[in-house]
Amino acid sequence: MKGRLQGGIWGWVAVFVLAALVPLFGPSGYVLDIGVNIMIYAILAYGLNVLLGYTGQLPLAHAGFFGIGAYTVGILTLKAGWSFWLAWPVAVAITALAGLLLGLVAFRTKGDTFAIFTLGVGVIIMLVINKWDALTGGNDGLNGIMPPAGLEALSKSVGLKLSGGFYYLALISLALTIIAVARARGSVFGLSLIAIRGGDDLARSAGIDVYSHKLRAMMLSTAIAGFAGGLYATYLGFLGSAATGPIQTFTLLLYLLVGGLGTLAGPLLGPALMYTLAQNLKGLQDYQYIVFGPLLVLLIMFAPQGLVGLWSRFTARRTPPPATPPTTPPHQKEVTRAGS
Amino acid sequence: MLEVEGLGIRFGGNHAVQNVTANIKPGKITAIIGPNGAGKSTFFNLISGFYQPTTGRIRFQGQDITRLPTHDVVARGIARTFQTTTIYKELTVLENAMIGHRVRTRAGLWDALLKTGREKRDGGGSRDGGMAALERVGLAPQANLLAGALTQEGQKRVGIAMALSSDPKLLLLDEPAAGMNPEETVNLMALIRELVVGGLTVALVEHKMSLVMGLADEILVMHHGQKIAEGTPAQVSRDPAVIEAYLGSHAHGGQMGEAGASENAEASHA
Repeated sequence: MKGRLQGGIWGWVAVFVLAALVPLFGPSGYVLDIGVNIMIYAILAYGLNVLLGYTGQLPLAHAGFFGIGAYTVGILTLKAGWSFWLAWPVAVAITALAGLLLGLVAFRTKGDTFAIFTLGVGVIIMLVINKWDALTGGNDGLNGIMPPAGLEALSKSVGLKLSGGFYYLALISLALTIIAVARARGSVFGLSLIAIRGGDDLARSAGIDVYSHKLRAMMLSTAIAGFAGGLYATYLGFLGSAATGPIQTFTLLLYLLVGGLGTLAGPLLGPALMYTLAQNLKGLQDYQYIVFGPLLVLLIMFAPQGLVGLWSRFTARRTPPPATPPTTPPHQKEVTRAGS
Repeated sequence: MLEVEGLGIRFGGNHAVQNVTANIKPGKITAIIGPNGAGKSTFFNLISGFYQPTTGRIRFQGQDITRLPTHDVVARGIARTFQTTTIYKELTVLENAMIGHRVRTRAGLWDALLKTGREKRDGGGSRDGGMAALERVGLAPQANLLAGALTQEGQKRVGIAMALSSDPKLLLLDEPAAGMNPEETVNLMALIRELVVGGLTVALVEHKMSLVMGLADEILVMHHGQKIAEGTPAQVSRDPAVIEAYLGSHAHGGQMGEAGASENAEASHA
């Protein structure tokens, strides 16, 4: 199945082993901070990819769900005194439920109308967070969200600082997200999402219950956004409404486009490259968009499928296709290769 | 097998299909013909649940299916193909067929995330069901090619395989021979005959009279959204109402067929 696990399972294992080694070389807090931020953005991008890349629906309220997840963790830990470890899964459940509620209404529309409708909802979520002073702290935001209980002690016991602990927490979260998304994509459910991406009418006539599949894709997408949001809240310790608005959604969209829509590696590659680039261009402040803008234009012109698309085009040119198509499905091939 | 009774649909003030009563018999090939805009495709869209009729009833194997959503209609055993080659060109031939098999599987998102036994069963079943459908249309050797890389005829077969993998009892083909050369049309006719011998019931909308006359057991003729005749090819081609619909009221007798210059040539041969 194309797009299931590009580079194969071993490529992914290698990436994660390398990433896991980084804190052991005693890097600066700045490097670890970039790492954690990339991973949070990547998780968020994986959620967006479920709806946009696989199901073909453009949801512009994604950062709103990120915000709902983050503020749920912030409010439950700060105001209700919950443990992070309980507040986090609850935040995921709440964002999934909120996604279901949005989907029930939003999926009565299609295409551009769906995108515009969800954009409106995204703005409303940000405004509610910004104006509901009693609950969210309004313009002042939420301050002093604690790190997860036990994370610091655990980090110390293996000779790491808290930042190292956060790095591993983010890495595990990212791995879980990728496994969940890869499983969803490779399933009969996931193939039905791809069918819907090709067109509602064709999917319907093929016997797919389009509405219920879209709803479930939406719930997976928003649950992942809430998952990322919870991590963001505890990592940053401070929440403001700006991170939950449409600008954040569009930033994410840019990351995903750069990485490669509908691919498994794209949502990680895009944030890794773009976030690092943005950090290095920070000196330019607002002028950094003068660099980003033309970059995006070049990308759309020469690599509309993103970096992953560019890579597969490159490898396809290098290796001629086999004369006889393989009779075993790709995933079985993977197993035999691993076994030999 | 399929009975429609007083079926009609209105778009604004236009009666696209009006008061059609018909019966598609099991194990037969029924062709629905008529001039352009006669309402044939709309009739298919009504049966397959794409449109909700404004009047009338549809019964399939004794059960009322009038207001069921499309995926439920497919689950009951009615599958369709589209006029143009509407398939997933960027997916493999096998994946196309597997998509059609979705209606026979139940595994959902949780099954996918937890890799349950049901997911594994349905995943295997979907692959087997897809391959079985590809074998029926003769595409098994091409299973792992991209569907878009096949010829026009091959892509038509992918569309039919997608419909077949839902394990239908009634197959609706909307202009299956459109865009095919004569040789491909003959191959397609052989395929349809094979499927019917295998126990399938087929209904098709088609403009190519050679295909209709050579293949259909029953013909239903529509004009201006209404049924104007039905019967065997021989009966229908002698029906005065049909001749008038096809040739206009100026024509007197003659053979039914595609109107135009070729008509005169055929008549002079006769």
